[in-house]
Amino acid sequence: MNKPLVQVTDLAKTFDVSAPWLNRVVERKPRQFVHAVDGVSFSIQRGKTLALVGESGCGKSTVARLLVGLYQPTRGDVQFDGQPTDAKQNPAAVRTLRRRMQMIFQDPYASLNPRWKVLDIVGEPLREHGLAAGAEALRAKVGELLLQVGLAAADTEKFPHQFSGGQRQRISIARALATQPEFLVCDEPTSALDVSVQAQVLNIMKDLQKAQGLTYLFISHNLAVVRHVSDQVGVMYLGRLVELADKADLFNRPQHPYTRMLLDAIPDIHMSGRARTPVQGEVPNPLNPPTGCAFHPRCPHANLRCAQERPVLTDFKGIQVACHAVQEARI
Amino acid sequence: MSTAPLLQVQNLRVEFPTRRGTLLALDDISFDIAPGEILGVVGESGAGKSLTGSAIIGLLEPPGRIASGQILLGGQRIDNLPHEQMRAIRGRKIGAIFQDPLTSLNPLYTVGRQLTETIQTHLKVGNEEARQRAIRLLQETGIPAAEHRIDQYPHQFSGGMRQRVVIALALAAEPQLIVADEPTTALDVSIQAQIISLLKRLCKDHGAAVMLVTHDMGVIAETCDRVAVLYAGRVAEIGPVGDVIHHSSHPYTSGLMGSIPAMDEERERLLQIDGSMPRLNAIPRGCAFNPRCPQAHDRCRSDRPELLDAGATRAACWLVQSPQSPKAPA
Repeated sequence: MNKPLVQVTDLAKTFDVSAPWLNRVVERKPRQFVHAVDGVSFSIQRGKTLALVGESGCGKSTVARLLVGLYQPTRGDVQFDGQPTDAKQNPAAVRTLRRRMQMIFQDPYASLNPRWKVLDIVGEPLREHGLAAGAEALRAKVGELLLQVGLAAADTEKFPHQFSGGQRQRISIARALATQPEFLVCDEPTSALDVSVQAQVLNIMKDLQKAQGLTYLFISHNLAVVRHVSDQVGVMYLGRLVELADKADLFNRPQHPYTRMLLDAIPDIHMSGRARTPVQGEVPNPLNPPTGCAFHPRCPHANLRCAQERPVLTDFKGIQVACHAVQEARI
Repeated sequence: MSTAPLLQVQNLRVEFPTRRGTLLALDDISFDIAPGEILGVVGESGAGKSLTGSAIIGLLEPPGRIASGQILLGGQRIDNLPHEQMRAIRGRKIGAIFQDPLTSLNPLYTVGRQLTETIQTHLKVGNEEARQRAIRLLQETGIPAAEHRIDQYPHQFSGGMRQRVVIALALAAEPQLIVADEPTTALDVSIQAQIISLLKRLCKDHGAAVMLVTHDMGVIAETCDRVAVLYAGRVAEIGPVGDVIHHSSHPYTSGLMGSIPAMDEERERLLQIDGSMPRLNAIPRGCAFNPRCPQAHDRCRSDRPELLDAGATRAACWLVQSPQSPKAPA
């Protein structure tokens, strides 16, 4: 096996959501923490796509932000191409590493500065990293990037409001590609788009991956989209990975009850008449997660052990799964 | 159809006068909903699906206005009613469910007060009776400990629970028709399935017809009896849901279906419809879809197609008449 491009070990991020100091003193409230990401480990091979799926609040976007350095991890570390990405240790080296990883955000309306021309938006990373010498070179480079994502070179002079949602997301992709990164973190890149436009953007992303050998971390809540783009899939629930497997395994023989539930919950467009078991309950409050396995209050297979002991991610027939019931062969 | 339709929308046009001319947002939309039927209205953003819903419940945002056409509920015209009369119909005969359950509930009143207010506005019942009804509704929508939770405020409910409350509100006065505008879009997938099956079951129990507006074809496929596909303010295709999905006659419908990543088959590339929906001020001549249509010919660029019979569905496409029948490109 080759060395992975991205190696994440025991990554954790805790947010302090305590009441202000005075309230804590007067009302005797304790400090409160949200464990948004709690011990997540995975690796991504070069040229492959790992997808993280989960419902809102499961910590998938936090993982994305930790990877590109928008958050500092509370615990654990991220290695990129064998090198640590902790900016505190070696700022200069990390800065060059950052050039090799970029991010695409969910909302193409919020992630582009409305007062900047496309030239400035896409050109900013080039300027920042000193990759274009002079205004003419910059313009030429930006035009080239826009052509890559299916826009016209003349679009450099336009403002974001002159584009539709799908076109804006293409601008985001062009901006992310500006520094010629090897690794792209895509945080729900198509959830704000209509299906026909989503298909266009997904196709572009796949074409670019093939042409440039890009590695993706693809965050989504849409399992059908994940199935289309990914090589490996990780399922997250309340800040932890509950299942991590190759795409074919995960979709053909899902192990964890939560994964099965998610797959069951997808409306069936072909009306095959497949019986669906609507899941009961909702995602618990992350401020006060259940003991043991976080999924046990909603799980049809939970027993006493599930309520007390937190399962760890272990290998089960080639699938990594964190579930007592699966390990004990109860399901 | 043997029974008289509950809702008839006939040649509805909605326009928005602006300084730069009048925009036609809905252009000649016609469809019926039978009692107890679930009609799906699907389309991409800006196709006019929500607008159709607001026009029916009489809540068009000014300056939007109905330019022509009519809407009939149980044979009675409701599009030209005075404000007060429309208010009596809204809630009593037509219930509404909106996308965001947080903004459709008043944060300052308890859930119970909002429910009893709706019940007492439309039905002549006493306070205690109204409260009992409200509790029963909450129980029906699957809210645990309803007699306790009825005195709580919306912020004490989670997203899925709030949407259940909104459904209870819509059903409070036993309406004949429910207009549900993207009722599950703001919810997580696992909750989405719960809410959809709940909506389906309750409407069946109460005998209410539903107009379900959504962009999610999966939801449509699972829930609806018939579906109308909107494009650029016009009905592109309408028919029984199975026929529209599997044997669509309009290239837009087939393109739309092909662009959805499927769960049961692998494809290297998704089918894509190039371009995007035209803006309202630049709707092309002829068929609105012609610049994006792979099978467009001269007639599509000059004449606008009406809804034509195409097997089991009705499609606004000239190809339906010509010998080469459109098929989804492989």
